[in-house]
Amino acid sequence: MLRYVFKRLLTAIPTLFIIVTLSFFLIRVAPGGPFDLERPLDPKVMENLNKIYNLDKSLLEQYFIYMNNVLHGNLGPSFFFRDFTVAEMFGNGLPISVEIGGYALLMAIIVGGALGVWAALKQNQLPDYSVMTVATMGITIPNFVVAPILTLIFGVMLGWLPVGGWNNGAWENKVLPIITLGLPQVAVVARLTRGAMIEALRSHHIRTARANGLPGWMVVVVHALRGALLPVVSYAGPAAAALLTGSVVIETVFGIPGVGRYFVQGALNRDYPLVMGTVIVIAVFIMVFNLIVDLLYAWLDPRVRYD
Amino acid sequence: MTDTKTPLLDINDLHVHFETNSDKDVHAVRGIHMHIEKGETVAVVGESGSGKSQVMMSAMGLLADNGWVEGSVKYNGAEILGLSKRKLNSYRGSKMTMIFQEPMTSLDPLYTIGRQICEPLRVHQKMDKKRAMARALELLELVGIPEPKKRLKSYPHEMSGGQRQRVMIAMALANDPDLLIADEPTTALDVTIQAQILQLLADLQKKLGMAILFITHDLNIVRRFADRVYVMKTGEVVEEGNTAEIFDNPSHDYTRMLLSAEPEGTKEAPDTGAPVLLEGKGVNVTFNITSGLFGSQTHTLRAVNNVDIRLHQGQTIGIVGESGSGKSTLGRALLRLTDISGEVLLDGVDMSEIAGDAMREQRKRLQLVFQDPFGSLSPRMMVGQIITEGLLVHHPELSAKERDLRAIEALEEVQLDPSMRNRYPHEFSGGQRQRIAIARAMVLKPRIVVLDEPTSALDRSVQKQIVDLLRDLQEKNNLSYLFISHDLTVVRAMSDYVMVMKQGVIVEEGLTEQIFDAPTELYTKQLMAAAFDLEPISA
Repeated sequence: MLRYVFKRLLTAIPTLFIIVTLSFFLIRVAPGGPFDLERPLDPKVMENLNKIYNLDKSLLEQYFIYMNNVLHGNLGPSFFFRDFTVAEMFGNGLPISVEIGGYALLMAIIVGGALGVWAALKQNQLPDYSVMTVATMGITIPNFVVAPILTLIFGVMLGWLPVGGWNNGAWENKVLPIITLGLPQVAVVARLTRGAMIEALRSHHIRTARANGLPGWMVVVVHALRGALLPVVSYAGPAAAALLTGSVVIETVFGIPGVGRYFVQGALNRDYPLVMGTVIVIAVFIMVFNLIVDLLYAWLDPRVRYD
Repeated sequence: MTDTKTPLLDINDLHVHFETNSDKDVHAVRGIHMHIEKGETVAVVGESGSGKSQVMMSAMGLLADNGWVEGSVKYNGAEILGLSKRKLNSYRGSKMTMIFQEPMTSLDPLYTIGRQICEPLRVHQKMDKKRAMARALELLELVGIPEPKKRLKSYPHEMSGGQRQRVMIAMALANDPDLLIADEPTTALDVTIQAQILQLLADLQKKLGMAILFITHDLNIVRRFADRVYVMKTGEVVEEGNTAEIFDNPSHDYTRMLLSAEPEGTKEAPDTGAPVLLEGKGVNVTFNITSGLFGSQTHTLRAVNNVDIRLHQGQTIGIVGESGSGKSTLGRALLRLTDISGEVLLDGVDMSEIAGDAMREQRKRLQLVFQDPFGSLSPRMMVGQIITEGLLVHHPELSAKERDLRAIEALEEVQLDPSMRNRYPHEFSGGQRQRIAIARAMVLKPRIVVLDEPTSALDRSVQKQIVDLLRDLQEKNNLSYLFISHDLTVVRAMSDYVMVMKQGVIVEEGLTEQIFDAPTELYTKQLMAAAFDLEPISA
């Protein structure tokens, strides 16, 4: 087990290296630079700025400087938010994004899983049809539509919850963002669970469990659900990485100081260190969650255990 | 029945219906009566689709969701049909238990054997974990699993099919049931394993005294095992009685047909002067198995070990062996569908020296028919297309019309209605599909056909028809067959020469009658005994 984890972490290093290298050169392909404003800066100022940020050196040199910094844990300063380093920005924003995303993920798995199981047990009956209809809607209606509707109902008309803002993380301010972020995931998880559960319930070993006179809950929870969780786990890994690294739409609509906005802002402003920082953070999240998925998989299914 | 005592299980006027997508419901069981006494062994025989399994599935409350049931099933006088799941659960798993045809998939792959055997004990007898485990160990010993203590911690995928079926039996016996229902318990197993499992069931019955109900299509099992027999056809019981009576004096046509459904006859060897078409010299097939952290530690599996074989024109060589013996791999090796070491000569020319177009030219002379008539035909192509696909490659000069004519010819050759060529495979029965697969091979006018278990997935009566068909085709076209099978009855009817294979090695070979009448190797004798020993073993 430990050997496997070690091996996986070892192979993550070259992957990360390739990702960082590719992104570094790709973002430089985009025309324009970080200090190209609508009204051009004085050439002298420009030259000074370029010098400070090493932008006057050759691209290859810049690359080695950046890699050296990253290896020393320095993600560099932000070109756009000039008072902050990239590390500071993530230090402030990431916990907020992780919190919102984490609750959304939890909601997706618990609510989505429960709905999926219910629909599977009532296959082709009213509960199944209703859950699947709502789930399809949840997947197809984009969150920039859901967010204002929820704000309108709960914030404006009922006045139960604030319409936006972070307010230092007061719980009222988290409810709507979490629900908006989680809803599509609830829908996907419900559909996945339903499908896997229907298949599991038809399998031969479930017939054996029934023939053995095991009570219904035991057949469903102990024997069917564990197998049905496998595809959900596969989906939840990458989904977790996406949720925990913030959502630009949710953060913009609700005014939350998370890290989801940084990718878009960084890219638009040619804020190279910020873009690179985001790439690294997302890549690390994806690799970590893929590893967690594989470990969970092995824990759930003895047939794929390592060593 | 004028018995004064109540039967253990009493089934009266039982009907089972299934709702289908078309308007017509399927009436799978049509008002049958059946009874089983305490300690008795009863067999329900019939071909696939006769409804024999559905009878017991409805008694156990295991019908598929689209099925419903009418009539009465009484256990010790108490009606159990239509009970709530909770009430039914006090019968199934404790008083009535069931084992199934599919030992490979009937155990939950995610839990240990020990835990799964404990479940019915903990549920029905409310045993604590420790006592349940002790009882599970006892049960594994009872069903003859080697190293039972270690096996408690094993997962199903770490065990063979025969062992898994033993575990299923252990589970079924956990609560000392009065009735064990065995639904085709040995069909998916090798012959020698079949014999072991049947012997085990017979021994256990003697020791524990439960009644056993066999659902089977295998008359050998019935003859060796059952006290009484019910013969089912299309949802009805057409004949019932004592085993001996039914076998000696069957009254219904269908029963007579079943009894005579074993493939019969033998095949004459071709003239000694017949040319050798295909010759393998020192054929080896090895697989490298990689494992470990970096895929570095390997060990080598020798699937085919130094086999010599000579196939003459018009000859049928039967290759028999159990699963894992390497017999299918040998067939593929001789067609050069897998990498080998050693030589394969086709008409005296080394096949490794034939390449490109010349090889393609030879390929059409070498055809293969597979075991699985359901999986080996593309579900999205019409039968006519399936049959003529090979012509597209080998005879690109043929027009669509000419190809169609060939398809008609081929379908007539396998005795199917040529007008069916515009249908899709799912509209055909297993036997018809196997005919289609044969037509696909025959349309290219091969000289050598490798038949890999072509009859194993079929009912006996259908098997017989396929065997007859293959023999006709052989005679008409002077074909040579390599007939790979674990089914000795079929091999005897098909082949003039037999090779017995075990763990990649040919352990014995010779003319068919010689092998069947006077086997010399111990392994061959075991195989024969398992397949043909008609002594009743429950006596």
